[in-house]
Amino acid sequence: MAEANALWISGHLAEKIRAHGAETYPYECCGALLGRDSNAVVESDRGKGALTPAREILQLFPLVNRRNDSPRNRFSVTPEDVLAAEKAAREQGLEVVGWYHSHPDHPARPSEYDRDHAWPWYSYIIVSVQNGAPQDTTSWRLNDDRAEFSPEGIEIRHRAAVPASGFGATEK
Amino acid sequence: MPVKVMIPSPLRPYAGKRDSAEFSARTVGEALGHLTTEFGELRKHLFTEDGKLRSFVNVYVNDEDIRYLAKENTPTKDGDTISIIPSIAGGIPSIEGGIRT
Repeated sequence: MAEANALWISGHLAEKIRAHGAETYPYECCGALLGRDSNAVVESDRGKGALTPAREILQLFPLVNRRNDSPRNRFSVTPEDVLAAEKAAREQGLEVVGWYHSHPDHPARPSEYDRDHAWPWYSYIIVSVQNGAPQDTTSWRLNDDRAEFSPEGIEIRHRAAVPASGFGATEK
Repeated sequence: MPVKVMIPSPLRPYAGKRDSAEFSARTVGEALGHLTTEFGELRKHLFTEDGKLRSFVNVYVNDEDIRYLAKENTPTKDGDTISIIPSIAGGIPSIEGGIRT
């Protein structure tokens, strides 16, 4: 089991992800998370005083879902899109630290398909969009053994434009 | 001059945090074999259990996708750069998603 991780994001960017999910409903949205791994450590929500490094999301790179054949239940980012996202990140002194996508009319939990296609290390933010309205937002990282994802705690670092309860997050 | 293999960010934790590694190799498959021998934890993220490259792992020799060349038998020569480029995919369960109209 991987240790718990923390993901910092501003309320503004978190709301942009949710808005993207609402905009593309009933299709899935997707995009890159640009940021960096912070040197800061935060107390693990698993307690016992464990400290884990935090990851900061500082920009988004929204993408077009390339799955024209089944955009309601699949998203796809081509290698060319990945390279474009990496270039955009480099230009801002950042790196691509993860990806976001929406689950139209499904919970914000990774599917088996998500796990089968996941890379380690990246943060995967999922926003559930029910009847066009964004609901829960969660983040996940694939465990080293690829057997499952571990939840990653989202922390809204500035006052969020949306209720923090929608993120299962703590507002700082 | 050997072949250079570029390692993408998500795999660097499994490759001693390196962003590239160099090997003497005559084919892409040979270079990836050396890579996963040196860094054993990379194997499960690049290959399926039956040894095939995972579908979301894209390999380029210089700027050419090996799917359009000879795949893992694509020959390499000294000075070539092999890049491992992620593609990203996901979605909700296919059965539930597929029956909605």
